[in-house]
Amino acid sequence: MKPTTWTRLDLFARQLFPFVMTLALVFVGTIPLHLPGQRVVAPSLSLIALFYWSLHRPDLMPATAAFLLGLFHDILSGAPLGTGASAYLCVHALVHWQRQFFHGKSFGILWLGFTVVATLAALFGWMLTSMLAGTIVDARAAALQTMATIGCFPLVVWVLWRCHLTVLRPS
Amino acid sequence: MGGILRSLGQWIVYGVLLLGATAIMLLGKADDGVIQRVRLQVTDAVVPILDGVSRPINAMTHAAEQIQSWIWLAEENAKLKADRERLLQWQGVARRLEAENAALRDLVKLAPDPQTHFVAARVVSNSTSTFAQSIVVNAGSSDGVKKANVVVSSEGLVGRVVAVSPRAAMIMLITDLNSRVPVLVGESRARAVLAGDNSDYPRLIHVITEAEIKPGDQIATSGMAGGFPPGLPIGVVAEVDGTSITVRPNMDRSRLEFVRVVDYEVPEMPGASASAAPNAAKLAAKRAQGSAGR
Repeated sequence: MKPTTWTRLDLFARQLFPFVMTLALVFVGTIPLHLPGQRVVAPSLSLIALFYWSLHRPDLMPATAAFLLGLFHDILSGAPLGTGASAYLCVHALVHWQRQFFHGKSFGILWLGFTVVATLAALFGWMLTSMLAGTIVDARAAALQTMATIGCFPLVVWVLWRCHLTVLRPS
Repeated sequence: MGGILRSLGQWIVYGVLLLGATAIMLLGKADDGVIQRVRLQVTDAVVPILDGVSRPINAMTHAAEQIQSWIWLAEENAKLKADRERLLQWQGVARRLEAENAALRDLVKLAPDPQTHFVAARVVSNSTSTFAQSIVVNAGSSDGVKKANVVVSSEGLVGRVVAVSPRAAMIMLITDLNSRVPVLVGESRARAVLAGDNSDYPRLIHVITEAEIKPGDQIATSGMAGGFPPGLPIGVVAEVDGTSITVRPNMDRSRLEFVRVVDYEVPEMPGASASAAPNAAKLAAKRAQGSAGR
């Protein structure tokens, strides 16, 4: 049976989902929530989504998409342009490199893998920012945020997994 | 073979994108103008979305605060009564000082303070990025906001406008790594510069008469160098140790909701820029009038 225009549109929209969802999470990260300590404690949800989709659907989250998401993050957050893009690319590349290792592993190993990837990405971002600023910038806030992100990982991944099942129906 | 080629292709893509990111970073470092314009155009496009999303969140925050205030109603009432008593006394003092100040200004023919006008704006982006201390507000050049305008909240100085688009303005907070504000410290009015370092507690540098500064001293803008008007409250000295003095700003970044963008028209030095010339001329004319009337 030849797919109709509607089914093709539907498929297209579903395939855009990982990118659009991660983009939405980048947005969420910049909305003022008026919570004390939001800046320090708020986890980077977009980083978890990027990790998840890069690992499970690299066809729908290519390196270019990671780059664009990082760039968008920089633009909205006021960070030096290019630093977030580099950090997101770093996450994507690490996942791509270690895909065989992650394949079929337990959730605990996945969590541990994310811990390493998130830490390396934060270190990379910190290094770039320091280099651009010409001085060692304060890394405490970044360290706290990375810890919060790692702590939120199981919950966010569960939500992503539910969305993945509903929207993309993996075989 | 095909697999190896694909894998190689992927790494080439990474290389090219990383080069692109590096180019953007270097361009941003060398010429902030181009990057700033791109950044603002994108921000300008998404401000309506951010604004729309931030409204219900603000409403929820307000509802939560309302419930909290109902719970503490009696306590709050007692506290407010005490505050009112205290503030009435201060009001008397302020009125007397205001009258005295006006009389003295008149006596010495002091040039009047520059006119100000302000725009109230909502904070629509308060990023969680740990390497940037900036916010975006939903007022821009179409509302009369200009680059280098001063931004204050009810608590005191927040920062200054670093870039404007028609609908949005980006504000560098006083805690940003690049922020430098000339200040006066405490009753001794020691001069210093408040330097942000991306942490929540900026430091005092270039301090003159350091020995007189102690924790709890009030910090306000000095108006030196023309960037900020004098006397805007900023915060208090939090800690003084041998090597550094840290300051706790009055503004709480996580609670910023509305800010005022103020155009103080701070007079610049004559000849500093073409646009400053009319201002300086006006000021000189006023002074001349003053001395002629004496």
